[in-house]
Amino acid sequence: MRIIGCGNRDRGDDGAGILVAERLRSLGVEADIRSGEGLELLEAWRGIEDCIVVDAVSTGAPAGTIRTWEAHDLSQFPSASLSTHGFGVAEAIRLAIVLGCLPRRLRIYGIEGGRFDPGVDPTPEVSRAIEQVAGEIARVAGGTQR
Amino acid sequence: MTGRTIRVDTLARVEGEGELFIKMAGDRVADVKLRIYEPPRLFEAFLRGRHFSEAPDITARICGICPIAYQMSAAHAIERALGIRVDPAVRLLRRLFYSGEWIESHTLHIYMLHAPDFLGYPDAIAMARDHRAVVERALRLKKIGNHIVTLLGGREIHPISTAVGGFYKTPARSQLRELSEDLKWALDASLETVRWTCTLDFPDFEQDYEFVALRHPDEYPFNEGRLVSNRGLDIDAAEYEDHFIESHVKHSNALHSVVRGRGSYLVGPLARFSLNSDKLPEVARQAARDARLHPPVKNPFRGIEVRAVELVFACAEALRIIEAYEPPGVPRVEAPGRASVGQAITEAPRGILYHRYALSEKGLILAAKIVAPTSQNLKRIEDDLREYAAHLVAWPLDDATWKCEQAVRNYDPCISCATHFLKLNIQRS
Repeated sequence: MRIIGCGNRDRGDDGAGILVAERLRSLGVEADIRSGEGLELLEAWRGIEDCIVVDAVSTGAPAGTIRTWEAHDLSQFPSASLSTHGFGVAEAIRLAIVLGCLPRRLRIYGIEGGRFDPGVDPTPEVSRAIEQVAGEIARVAGGTQR
Repeated sequence: MTGRTIRVDTLARVEGEGELFIKMAGDRVADVKLRIYEPPRLFEAFLRGRHFSEAPDITARICGICPIAYQMSAAHAIERALGIRVDPAVRLLRRLFYSGEWIESHTLHIYMLHAPDFLGYPDAIAMARDHRAVVERALRLKKIGNHIVTLLGGREIHPISTAVGGFYKTPARSQLRELSEDLKWALDASLETVRWTCTLDFPDFEQDYEFVALRHPDEYPFNEGRLVSNRGLDIDAAEYEDHFIESHVKHSNALHSVVRGRGSYLVGPLARFSLNSDKLPEVARQAARDARLHPPVKNPFRGIEVRAVELVFACAEALRIIEAYEPPGVPRVEAPGRASVGQAITEAPRGILYHRYALSEKGLILAAKIVAPTSQNLKRIEDDLREYAAHLVAWPLDDATWKCEQAVRNYDPCISCATHFLKLNIQRS
């Protein structure tokens, strides 16, 4: 299993995925840290059977709301990428489906962000969500990484 | 009289946030505005009061696509201020580092951002359904570029190894040798890229550009050379601000730049190739000849082919450096701060990147000036559109809008860098 945390830690709640990955590492669980740039993600999960991606999302829900999607569902979503490169997680999934390189199972944990300003700390709601998501993933990953 | 507006509220497949507005009055283009609404970046102000050694790390944060360009211009400018001369092996490693960034950036633009325009797809994902092998080639090429950058930079984005005076850490010979098989594949793939881009259809559209690029006596330019143009410019980086003027325009958060007394100019692949094609290695020159690309290339839509030729160059250069590599005797030359000013220009994937630093005697940055390639091209993009939109008068609005977006993407604009960018808007009245 591969766990990938994405985001930008210098943009407030956008760092949520990275902070989850760091928390997992502190719990002894291997986790990759990525910017969320789509092509990089495609390579990061190529050949992996089971993958979890954690990223901040902006859906209009209250900050700290945790949502999970199976990648095959996400492909039905319109692109909602916040990436300045215009090619983020959602595009990476759609392209991986076209290219036939989507992991057999790819789960997305989305943590709703409240603020994305440069240089600010994550909101308390997101900090709590980070802890919760890290705990859940650690339990899921517990047996599979050894 | 009939008229219309081409309006793109959020330009896609460009880096950053901007909008394009074109107002047509009958068959005349009344107004073109490339409005950059990405917020100002203020990096020049962040740098004030920081130690010179921090400049490469701080400026790398300006861009996730071309952080190495920022690091290179920053390091060279400060080295010039302090009179530092780097070890020859460091100089080669910097060229290798830049090759990695060009491979990543050019591959992304050619295949994922620009090719869908020529082939009639809304995006690279739709293109991949019909051109799977092409997209797979792009992914592998980009990965190889990433690998170079990661190996030299310590990590893929915002590398941390570049220091004023050299590198904090340099790779062992064996680490670079590991790249050579991949790079041999990449060189073949880059040649295939040139052949593939040649099969695209290009609009019949040429402009009389002032091309501005670095020129080095022996090399296709990355880090060094005089700044030259096809209209007689031939200056040292220290003279840049005497010849180029930046000004604020109301509709944009990015500054516009002009050559003093002449107006807009063009930087980037077309300019570099048009001024330096004789310095390309034979493999890239031959690829250009096979593609019937002869300098000067005045059709901005053919930028995709020129980028492909530069991709050949970057792969060949990386291979050359790896095969001859010996680790530097002095990885980093240190020097004390002194009251001084230094300027440098390097060739970022999108064109020349100018940095100037004024330092205090303790080595603190008193003033910094950064002029990114996209901000230098903005006025030129508007000038292209003013001419090009006039060709599209009879076109259905949706098609005209798409062609105008494509004309903007010719420049691979990096709006995040330029603001200190894209929506499209064609108004017919």
